[in-house]
Amino acid sequence: MDFQTLVFFFLSAILIVASLRVITARNPVHAALHLILAFFTCGGIWALLQAEFLAIAIILVYVGAVMVLFLFVVMMLDINLDRIRQGFWSYLPLGAMLGILMVMEMGLVLGSKYFQVPAADALMPAGVSNTKSIGALMFTDFVYPFELASIILLVGMIAAIVLTHRGPKKSKYTNPNQQVFVKAKDRVRVLQMPVEKD
Amino acid sequence: MDALMNLGLGVFGGAWPAVWTLVKIVLIVAPLMLSVAYLTWAERKVIGYMQVRIGPNRVGPWGLIQPIADGLKLLMKEIIVPSGANKGIFIIAPMLAIAPALAAWAVVPFNDSLVLANIDASLLYIMAITSMGVYGIILSGWASNSKYAFLGAMRASAQMVSYEISMGFSLICVLMVSNSLNLVEIVNVQNQGRFADWGLGFLSWNWLPLLPMFLVYLISGVAETNRAPFDVAEGESEIVAGFHVEYSGMAFAVFFLAEYANMILVSALTSIMFLGGWLSPVGFLPDGVLWLFAKMAFILFLFLWFRATFPRYRFDQLMRLGWKVFLPVCLVWLVVVGVWMMSPLSIWK
Repeated sequence: MDFQTLVFFFLSAILIVASLRVITARNPVHAALHLILAFFTCGGIWALLQAEFLAIAIILVYVGAVMVLFLFVVMMLDINLDRIRQGFWSYLPLGAMLGILMVMEMGLVLGSKYFQVPAADALMPAGVSNTKSIGALMFTDFVYPFELASIILLVGMIAAIVLTHRGPKKSKYTNPNQQVFVKAKDRVRVLQMPVEKD
Repeated sequence: MDALMNLGLGVFGGAWPAVWTLVKIVLIVAPLMLSVAYLTWAERKVIGYMQVRIGPNRVGPWGLIQPIADGLKLLMKEIIVPSGANKGIFIIAPMLAIAPALAAWAVVPFNDSLVLANIDASLLYIMAITSMGVYGIILSGWASNSKYAFLGAMRASAQMVSYEISMGFSLICVLMVSNSLNLVEIVNVQNQGRFADWGLGFLSWNWLPLLPMFLVYLISGVAETNRAPFDVAEGESEIVAGFHVEYSGMAFAVFFLAEYANMILVSALTSIMFLGGWLSPVGFLPDGVLWLFAKMAFILFLFLWFRATFPRYRFDQLMRLGWKVFLPVCLVWLVVVGVWMMSPLSIWK
């Protein structure tokens, strides 16, 4: 067994344990932390597959930004796990169906030799920048799916704002421009008074 | 050097590359830790003189042994875990704070060849690793089971996520003009152009054509490291000491080390991206690693100068600066640079 295989098994073991802990941990913050660990090891596995751009992107986007905000919210919520667990049995059939579907999809990809699904292309030749080739593909062959995905993201952003916006609130706020351009003589008046003598 | 390699191969056999990498890591981390120690000394001295005081002057000549004494004192102290704290995360949090601050140095080049890992996507790697530094702060605030610590952690995470965006955009401008994600390449590109041919290299570095981005990066760097005037995460007058209020002894010292190691990292990155790294400012002097250290020292001095000069930002002003000032400036300048590069006036051909 060569070194890369060893690293792969090491990372996969961590990934599987972390993913299991995401759904079994009782404390939501612990679950979120295990999700972060899972993303991180996932990045490690992608780096092993020579997809360094994707590996760094998952860490930059998911670990560095998305999960920070996620953790931010989870920490402030008072989550009652027992109430969440109440609906477990009624949701189980739907969840199990989705799970089986995903396992089947993964099986199709991994066992593509037997199911006649086109396998992934050979590894990139050394010396070709991963980032450059992904960028070139994104803006040539896959430009329509790429633009479509960005529009869906934009719609998602607008939808999130519309759903949470509760109309203008009547609150007092300061205008930074006025604050910056304020002069001392607008605020302080210096009075001349005769000196009092006994 | 070859003799050393052969000796190593003879002694360690197949494990020699790993051992040699470890040696290189020690050669980077040990001077870094020493610089952190003396940065704290320099900070107290510089701020002291700026406030017409003397600063530390009792331990050793000019107080030079002071950081060692402070370190020893912190080593001796007990680490107190508050009751009701989440003990595991409480202990892990300082480690999560310092690990990214050290791991990012793996790809920082000191000159053409003096770099631990010269990878293609080193700029992306730096952005990814530094974006993880916020976890140490958030988790320490949450695990401490203290209101002040929690408020500090909330402030820090909101601040670091906001300023990371403008930092990322300014780096995107840098990578556009250098046409590379490799830090060595980014420095070498800054050695080209009309001014560099005239022997006035410092005018062809990125700081001049990308001046707004340079300022945005520098200020965001100060905010990203939670330094004054953006140190609302610790704001002594409001939330005592913020996220590390419950930490004592070495656990506190590790947070302290992480903050200063991050300062040194940001100064190194600013020097590499915008100030030409190890390039000499004028043609008749040779390039060298000393130039990089001089530029880093200058930016570190700016950090200390800011702290001595500016009063702390209010939190809403801080958020306004990040989202309503820096982000639009970055977006506009991104378009300006793009148009400039495509126009006949481009200086990066």
